[in-house]
Amino acid sequence: MAVLGPNRRSSNPRFTGLICGFLLVFVVFIFAASASRDAVAGNNETLRNDSHHQTNSTAHKKAFPVLSFNYDHVRKPFEISLWILLALLMKLGFHIIPTVSNVVPESCLLIFVGLLVGGFIKAIGEEAPILDSKLFFLYLLPPIILDAGYFLPIRAFTENMGTILVFAVVGTLWNAFFIGGTMYGVCQIRGAELASVDLLSCLLFGSIISAVDPVAVLAVFEEIHINELLHILVFGESLLNDAVTVVLYHLFEEFSHAGTVTVVDALLGVVCFFVVSLGGILVGAIYGLLGAFTSRFTSHTRVIEPLFVFLYSYMAYLSAEVFHLSGIMSLIACGVMMRPYVEANISHKSYTTVKYFLKMWSSVSETLIFIFLGVSTVAGPHAWNWTFVISTVILCLVSRVLGVLGLTYIINKFRIVKLTPKDQFIVAYGGLRGAIAFSLGFLLTNSKMKYMFLTAIITVIFFTVYVQGMTIRPLVELLAVKRKKENKGSINEEIHTQFLDHLLTGIECICGHYGHHHWKDKLNRFNKTYVKKWLIAGERSTEPQLISFYNKMEMKQAMMLVESGNAAKLPTIVSSVSMQNIQPRGPARRRAIPSISKSREEEIRKILRGNLQKTRQRLRSYSRHDLFIDPFEDNVSEVRFRRQRVEMERRMSHYLTVPANRQETTPVRKVCFEPEHQVYTYDDSESPRGPTVQPNPIPPDAVSLLSESPQRPNQSGAQRAKVPDEQEEQDQLKLSRCLSDPGPNKEEEGDGSFRS
Amino acid sequence: MGALQSSPGQHEYGDLAEKTGFSFRQIGVLHTRFKQLSHNEETLQRDHFNEIPDLACNPIRAQIVGAFFDRRNFRENGEGTVQEIGFEEFLVVMSHFRPPSLHMTQEQRESVRREKLRFLFNMHDTDNDGTITLEEYRHLVEELLSLSETLEKNTAKSIADAAMLEVASISMGHMEPDEFYEGITFEHFLKLLNGFEIESRMNIRFLRMDTTTLCK
Repeated sequence: MAVLGPNRRSSNPRFTGLICGFLLVFVVFIFAASASRDAVAGNNETLRNDSHHQTNSTAHKKAFPVLSFNYDHVRKPFEISLWILLALLMKLGFHIIPTVSNVVPESCLLIFVGLLVGGFIKAIGEEAPILDSKLFFLYLLPPIILDAGYFLPIRAFTENMGTILVFAVVGTLWNAFFIGGTMYGVCQIRGAELASVDLLSCLLFGSIISAVDPVAVLAVFEEIHINELLHILVFGESLLNDAVTVVLYHLFEEFSHAGTVTVVDALLGVVCFFVVSLGGILVGAIYGLLGAFTSRFTSHTRVIEPLFVFLYSYMAYLSAEVFHLSGIMSLIACGVMMRPYVEANISHKSYTTVKYFLKMWSSVSETLIFIFLGVSTVAGPHAWNWTFVISTVILCLVSRVLGVLGLTYIINKFRIVKLTPKDQFIVAYGGLRGAIAFSLGFLLTNSKMKYMFLTAIITVIFFTVYVQGMTIRPLVELLAVKRKKENKGSINEEIHTQFLDHLLTGIECICGHYGHHHWKDKLNRFNKTYVKKWLIAGERSTEPQLISFYNKMEMKQAMMLVESGNAAKLPTIVSSVSMQNIQPRGPARRRAIPSISKSREEEIRKILRGNLQKTRQRLRSYSRHDLFIDPFEDNVSEVRFRRQRVEMERRMSHYLTVPANRQETTPVRKVCFEPEHQVYTYDDSESPRGPTVQPNPIPPDAVSLLSESPQRPNQSGAQRAKVPDEQEEQDQLKLSRCLSDPGPNKEEEGDGSFRS
Repeated sequence: MGALQSSPGQHEYGDLAEKTGFSFRQIGVLHTRFKQLSHNEETLQRDHFNEIPDLACNPIRAQIVGAFFDRRNFRENGEGTVQEIGFEEFLVVMSHFRPPSLHMTQEQRESVRREKLRFLFNMHDTDNDGTITLEEYRHLVEELLSLSETLEKNTAKSIADAAMLEVASISMGHMEPDEFYEGITFEHFLKLLNGFEIESRMNIRFLRMDTTTLCK
């Protein structure tokens, strides 16, 4: 039996042995099943025929089959599921062995596994599945691109757009022509048996191999965490060069049949490039706007919100592919266009769903792609030609380095933040080739040349993924390239980012210069006055960005507190600074309660309720279309929450700007919810000893959560005549405040409680 | 401003170029703009700035205009405000927005950073006492939000408070309940915006200004 690689020697031999066993069983099963498929089908047929005859001729001689085997019925989905399961188990396995996954990037390991699986399949005499181009382009690639496009860092992308475009377009063109031309020269060398390869075929080959692959770049760069600028440069280039690749590929493929190229054709090619790229972006933008518009109306059917995001994006991709436009650019444009509006409209849960589904699908796709690459390597017919392959590899490297160096020299004249040689090296070194090149090569018409091309492409892919992929991490550390800085979501940085934007726009106005900031500002204003009104539901459409950022941050902190419990380390600063340290000492000022919009309140309430509430809730009637809280879950964590509550109160004053009372404890007004939508508010100044409850059946919308009241010892004494266990129950129903609130000063003893 | 070689004040430009780091060409363009803004007078006043139409929709225009008349930005260690400025002061203020050159040592980069952050600090610290108090910070946030129609003063206050709390936590760490955080000093400000990379963000491309496309 094929042993799965020497790198499985680990500290946990039994477990890995188990995994190996599983995998082998699966693999054997797939192919035993498919091998025996024909036999079984045949058997079934004859069985049925026999029984038919028998029932026709005589009566019931055949017993009723209690257990029958009909694999044919489920063959296709079964095999697909087994493949995916294999891929995921491999992924699991790698992360259990930490030593290997630190040195070798995951993509390498996956290709290696694919090689083994392919070898195994060939050994048992079956025909291995190849990375079918249709499968790749229609099913495996879109999730990865959508994931990348939806979470694209817009600010970094637009700031470096010029650089990225130059690298993508000019760089890829240079690569294609340089490699194609030089290969033609190489092919002319006598003795290399390559005379049959003409110029157009070489150029076609060059265009296939020249493009940097987003899948490979993502797979490798994800693990090395370099700074945002370099990441977006290489990654952006890999996304945007799709248009160039598409055009060049179709151009040269057409011409290699026709045989000659005229100037008109070349001009048409240039026009085609603009049509392909701009058309792709347009298609994507239209679908993105449609998606955003649809999400405006989904407030009553939250469950299907994520599906809109996925489907509109996929439709954008497919529609672009119909017209041979650039599907990748369409997908990116759709995601980018849709995201700000959709995120303002959909619920928090849907946002989480979108995020996790995208990550899940793209992860599975990536794994499958690499495994299939390995399998296809073993499976496909190869035509190895030393000269061709070696010169391809060398030329790829050389042209990439030359291209990056030359282009950076030109680009640096226009950039404010110049690219240092270190940056240039990483950009050049990060030009990995991947499965897109392979699939494009696979689409070529069958000929001996095709197999030679495929062999060369696979060799280049292997070289870039293995050699460059494995060495880039130590090189990054060696060169001390700046790494990604932790994003703490500081409100100060957000304030200053906005401030700086306005400041620079203002200075540009004073200078009289229509610059970058001027146009950005105009776009923002257009967005705010017209677009947002149409695409964002309700009051969120007028919410300034600073406020939405702030709300998001507060919500995140609230969620963290709720979910983290006692032992968690909260990433923000641990300090004992609280609001009272900041408030200027002075005469007591009555603070008005900050009012947030009601729908935000609702949303925040729902989230916190979902996490804290003990469910005495009557289950609503079961419906597949509703989300409801699982009662079992809540009961189990009830005890934990009791403990957590005390902890949380202690931490509240540190993180959520609750003013510390100059007296002993923090008076925090907490609001709790009965599921029947009654609102109870009470003081909880002496937390363990029990709250005072003032039942207050006001409809939830009318009460702001965020009111604060000082200790009122007189009242609390009077109202302590509550039954203890009722208090206990209501303890659990407490909901902590989730938005900061300066709150009233302690000196307002006798005032009434604040409710707005 | 055509050929600079024939302009009468070129020896002045030499001083200015040395003082501010602009090139002759850039100084020439900015001088044209200065003359345009001041209607060919020698000095600029605040009203001249208010005539720029595009600036009117900027939420922080008052502070931007104020920065030009703030003596702390003239690099002469002065204090207080002036009522009118000449071309030299105009240029000095503009020079805060020059991009750092490619080959800079770490110290030079650090000093550029401090200078830009000092400019920002001066913009926030309106009463010139060396600290940004809570009131001033609140004012800042309110200005930023002043463009939106639904100005929720209280949300602005809470944002400012949260921000202040963050600064205090970062700078001071631990504070007794009785201590009072006076305000953000310049050192705290530096510490706060440590990861902000201001030397690469607070820049205008003076290079590519063209006299023919000057907006009104």
